[in-house]
Amino acid sequence: MTASPAIDAPDKAAPERIGPNGRRLIYRHPLVIRLTHWINAAVLLVLLMSGLQIFNAHPALYWGATSTFDTPALAITSEDTSGTNRGVVYLGEHKFDTTGVLGLSTANGIETDRAFPSWATLPSNQDLATGRRWHFLFAWFLVVNGAIYLLYGLFSGQLRRRLIPEGDQIRDFGGSIKEHLLLRFPEGEEAKRYNVIQKLTYLGVVLVLLPAMVLAGLAMSPGVDAAWPWLTELFGGRQSARSIHFIAAGLLVLFVVVHLGLVLVSGVVNNLRGMITGWFSIGRVRPAREEAR
Amino acid sequence: MILHRRRLLTATAGLAGTALLGGCDRFAGTDAGRRTLRTGEDANLYVQRLLMSDTTLAREFPESMISPWFKPNGSIDPPDTAYKALAANNFADFKLKVDGLVNTPLSLSLADLRGLPSRTQITRHDCVEGWSCIGKWSGVPLAEVVKRAGLKPQARYAVLHCADTLEYASADGAWLRPTNPSAVREAHATHVRLAAAGDWGGSPTGTQNGDANDDASEGRRAIRYYESIDLFDVFNPQTILAYDLNGKSLPVSNGAPLRLRVERQLGYKNAKYVTRVEMVSTLGGIGEGKGGYWEDRGYEWYAGI
Repeated sequence: MTASPAIDAPDKAAPERIGPNGRRLIYRHPLVIRLTHWINAAVLLVLLMSGLQIFNAHPALYWGATSTFDTPALAITSEDTSGTNRGVVYLGEHKFDTTGVLGLSTANGIETDRAFPSWATLPSNQDLATGRRWHFLFAWFLVVNGAIYLLYGLFSGQLRRRLIPEGDQIRDFGGSIKEHLLLRFPEGEEAKRYNVIQKLTYLGVVLVLLPAMVLAGLAMSPGVDAAWPWLTELFGGRQSARSIHFIAAGLLVLFVVVHLGLVLVSGVVNNLRGMITGWFSIGRVRPAREEAR
Repeated sequence: MILHRRRLLTATAGLAGTALLGGCDRFAGTDAGRRTLRTGEDANLYVQRLLMSDTTLAREFPESMISPWFKPNGSIDPPDTAYKALAANNFADFKLKVDGLVNTPLSLSLADLRGLPSRTQITRHDCVEGWSCIGKWSGVPLAEVVKRAGLKPQARYAVLHCADTLEYASADGAWLRPTNPSAVREAHATHVRLAAAGDWGGSPTGTQNGDANDDASEGRRAIRYYESIDLFDVFNPQTILAYDLNGKSLPVSNGAPLRLRVERQLGYKNAKYVTRVEMVSTLGGIGEGKGGYWEDRGYEWYAGI
C-alpha cells in the first residue's frame, strides 16, 4: 500500500502565488474553515461569558452526583474579614484573597458580591435567566458550526492534511519545542504546514476539549440524564460533569490566550490575512530587502 | 509601520469587543432579542422529547446516596395566614382541589391522597442554580389523581397553584406592567438575585417575614407560586404529588404538605405547597402567560436542561 501524495506532501496542492513585495502566498485556509473559525470564536466568547453568569448563580463546584455544600471542591465567595468584606476563592482547604476580581468586585462604581466580575459575564448584571438563554442558544450554534467544520474537514481531507502530524514531525518533536521556546517560526516550505505542537494542540481542542465540553454540558441536563443515563455516569455524576465543564472552559481559555499570543508574535498581519482572505505568506521569493521599521 | 498596524488592530479588536458585549445586553433587552434567545428553548424541548418516551424515567439512586441535607430553596416558610393556620393543625384540614377541564372536580384530603396508589422514588433534584441533592420521595402519581377526575379532551396542561406568596402586585396589576421596560428588567433582576443568592454554604435563600393576605382592599394582590407541566409529564410514572421526604412527612421548608415531583426537569418546575391542580388547554390565562412564576420572570418553561 502506498501513501497518497497528499500525506507525503501536505498542502503541496494548495494554490500558490506571488503577492505584492515579492511575497510567496499560499492559499492556506479554505473558505469553510475561515468561516467556521470566526463563528466559533464569537460563539465561544458568548458561551464563556454566559457560562460565567450561570456559574455565578451557585459559585461552587463539587465531585460526584450531588452537592456537598460544606465541602466544595472550589468556591468563590465573599466574607467579612475583620470588618472589611473580601473576595475569596477556596480551592479545597486553600484560601486565596481575590478581592476586586473574584468574589467581590466593582460594577458601575458599586462594590458587589459576585463570583465573576460584571465585565466577564453576559449579561453584565446578575441575571441567570438571560444568561441561560444566551448559553443554550449559542450551544446550538457551537454544535452546528462544529459539525460543519468536522464534516468538511473529514470529507475534504483537510482535517488529516492540516492536523495529523507527519512522521518527520513526530521524530523532531524536541526540535519543535525548542523553536517554540525561542519563538522562532519557520519560513518557506516548512511554513506550509503547521508544526507538530500546533497540530497536536488543535487536534486536542477540536477532537477532545470541545466535544468534552458539549457532552459535559449535556450530562448536566436532567432531561438528557433521563434519556442517556450513561452519559452523566461517564463524567462521574452531575456535579462532576459540572466541574469538568468548568475545567474544560478554563483549558479553552488557556488555549485561546496562548493561541492569540502566538498569533501576535508570529506575524499578526500575516496570520490575520490568512484567516480572513485565506492567503498566507511563507516568506519572500527574492532575498528580503531590509524593511523600514 | 508594523507597530502602527499592530496598535490599530489592537484598538479595533478592543472597540469591537466592547461594542459586541454592550450590544449583546442591548439586544437581549429588545423584544426581537428576547424572541431570538428563546429559540434555543424550543430546540431543546423538541430534541429532548425525541430522545424520551412518556415512560422514560429519571435515574433512581440507592438509599446510600441520599443527601444528608436536602437544601430547601425559594419559599421555605410561606408567610400566608391561611397556610400558617393549616400548618398549625398539621394540615388536617388541607384539601387538594382538582378542577379546570375535568369531568369531576375533586377535593382530596391528605388521608384521601395517602389512600390512593403510591410511588416511592430516590431521585436527584437539580436546581437551576447548579446544585443537586438526592432525596427519597413518596407520593401519589399525578396520573392517578387526574384519571379519577377524568380529563376533558381539550386538557393539555396541569397548572399547579401553590400556597406561598412570593411578592405583591398592586390590586390593578400596575406593578406588573410598568411603562418603563428597564423597570421590568430591574424588578426581575431583583427576584433573580433573591433566588440565586447562591449561598453555597448555609442559610436558605429568600427569607420572608410577616403575614400575607390576599387582600385587595389593602391595594395589593398576593402573587403565589404557580407552575405548569404538559400531559407528557403529567402521565409519566415518576410525576408524583409527594407527601413524604426520606420516609417522613414533608417538612414545611421542602413544601409541606404536598409538592410536585417532575423528575426530568429542574427544581423550579417541582412546585412546593401545592393546593390546586387545574387542567387547562392553554397557558395564556395563567399569571402573565408563560406558564409559571419563574417563567414569567424570564426562565424557560421547558426546564429539562
